[in-house]
Amino acid sequence: MSAADTTTPAKVPPPRQAPPPAVPKAPRARRSPGGVALPWMLLAPCLLILALVLGYPLVRLVTLSFQKFGQSQLWGFQPAESVGFDNFSKVLGDGEFWAVVVRTFVFAAGSVIFTMVVGMLIALLLQRVSGWVKTLINIALVASWGMPIIVATTVFKWLFDSDYGIFNALLSKLPGVDMIGHNWFASGPQGLAVIMLLVVWGAVPFVVITLSAGLTQVPQELEEAARLDGAGSWGVFRYVTLPILKPIVVMLTTLSVIWDMGVFPQVFVMRGGHPEAEFQLLTTYSYDRAFVVNDYAQGSAIALLTVLLLLGVVAVYMRQMLKIGEVE
Amino acid sequence: MSAVATPGRTSSPQREGSGPSKARKSKAGWNLLGLLVFVTAGFPVYWMLNTAFKPAKDAIDPDPSLLPTGLTLDNFRRALDIADFWGPVGRSLIVSLAVVVIGVAVGLLAALAISRFAFRGRKIVIVGILAVQMVPLVAMIIPVFLLLNDLDQYDKLSGLIITYLTFILPFTVWTLRGFIVNIPRELEEAAMVDGCSRTGAFVRVVFPLLAPGMVATSVYGFIQAWNEYIYALMLMSQKNQTATVWLGNFTTKHGTEYAPMMAGSTMMAVPIVVLFLIVQRKMAAGLTAGAVKG
Repeated sequence: MSAADTTTPAKVPPPRQAPPPAVPKAPRARRSPGGVALPWMLLAPCLLILALVLGYPLVRLVTLSFQKFGQSQLWGFQPAESVGFDNFSKVLGDGEFWAVVVRTFVFAAGSVIFTMVVGMLIALLLQRVSGWVKTLINIALVASWGMPIIVATTVFKWLFDSDYGIFNALLSKLPGVDMIGHNWFASGPQGLAVIMLLVVWGAVPFVVITLSAGLTQVPQELEEAARLDGAGSWGVFRYVTLPILKPIVVMLTTLSVIWDMGVFPQVFVMRGGHPEAEFQLLTTYSYDRAFVVNDYAQGSAIALLTVLLLLGVVAVYMRQMLKIGEVE
Repeated sequence: MSAVATPGRTSSPQREGSGPSKARKSKAGWNLLGLLVFVTAGFPVYWMLNTAFKPAKDAIDPDPSLLPTGLTLDNFRRALDIADFWGPVGRSLIVSLAVVVIGVAVGLLAALAISRFAFRGRKIVIVGILAVQMVPLVAMIIPVFLLLNDLDQYDKLSGLIITYLTFILPFTVWTLRGFIVNIPRELEEAAMVDGCSRTGAFVRVVFPLLAPGMVATSVYGFIQAWNEYIYALMLMSQKNQTATVWLGNFTTKHGTEYAPMMAGSTMMAVPIVVLFLIVQRKMAAGLTAGAVKG
């Protein structure tokens, strides 16, 4: 796939934009004999499945968080009764919850910034290296991108093993450092730093490859002109490259925020299925409330709060995607 | 990706401004840095393979050698002994294939509707399909668990298949739509002018052009379903576990036997990474098509 492919939509004459919603029947050249019903018939199976497996649980998530729902309601011994905002006030009044929120934000922000900066640096580097180095890097990136998360987590657990992990062994090779036996997961911050590294390692390839595709569409003439006008490398990047890449950067950043706020298996498997208190992120905390403490209602309330926290980011992402969608 | 397809496009020596020798020197510097990136990014994968194939006693050497110390399949045998491997793999295969077949069939219809028809509510459907992709799946575990419990689908493969459609379907619709809009509408129209019916035009003209995109989407969806962990863990009991849960449990129960664990990881990862290598270019292009012109 090259730049030529990605420009195809522009060549297609654009009469196919959605009619403005206010106009009931936009005159259209190609209206099928099936009329209005046909597209909806095509959509029906998809919408039905989504309503069942996504719509219903989503509604249930909301109602559940306003109910009392524990073990006995699960087995049907007691009907679930509405308790208003009780679950929320309990959750919001809990100091532990706020500690988890702060931890999740720090973790997600760190992962996103780290991912975007490293991704951008590697993408820029890829433009400057020889062909064979580029091929090598691409192979390594795609291989790490394709690794199943569970496998990657298992491998990182091994890399950072306290006694036999290669990371400690390599660190100890440095003069004056003895890290053999150091347990990275003895403390929350250190353990989460390792998990962050794992998340970033898995996320960087997608960012690099998407940004590389974007970089090939930055017109050479613009960079050339900026350079002739006396801009240094940083100036060219800051005032020419970055503004052109902005839509991609916005899209990647919002996606990363959404993904990194949803990190679960990495923490869960890394801590052997029982993350300690200082490893809890919003996702594991919600899971813990629901399936360990058996308070499904409170777990749902936490999950719902997480979704609400993400809404703003999702809105930005959607705007960006819709802008892209309108090109076609 | 285009980055691979046009090596060295942006690095013509004259851009460096001064003579070729300086350009070559700076190029060598970049290459060195590039190799460093290669080694760092590739190391976890290398170390997994290295540990999987080395004798188990070398894996617990306090001064591990970075190079392979020997070639043995003992770790693989041990990994297969520890717990049933093929059962979980079979279940993962059934679930992933079923999800992909249903997802692509249903998704293709929906993708056609939103890319080839103008109708009221089209935009709302598009926004909806984009939006549901953003719902963090982890947040949905509790209600999905309760739903399947009510439907008597807990601990059944069919329940897991339905659940996986939540994330495969929106993704499939969106990706296939991306492939369809890249097929010029004029081709279809030409076929219809020449006497094809609308369905005929689709089957004879659009479908062959769409086939590679559909294959890529299917493979990608397969990988996603194969890799899923949380729902598989929550919705299936120990005796019906899938491959990812098999590996996850491996971690918790035999935490110290790292060499067989890496052998298990290798068996899980290699087929997936190979599949991924095959479809990755096509998918990345589909995901970002037109993004710059936003």
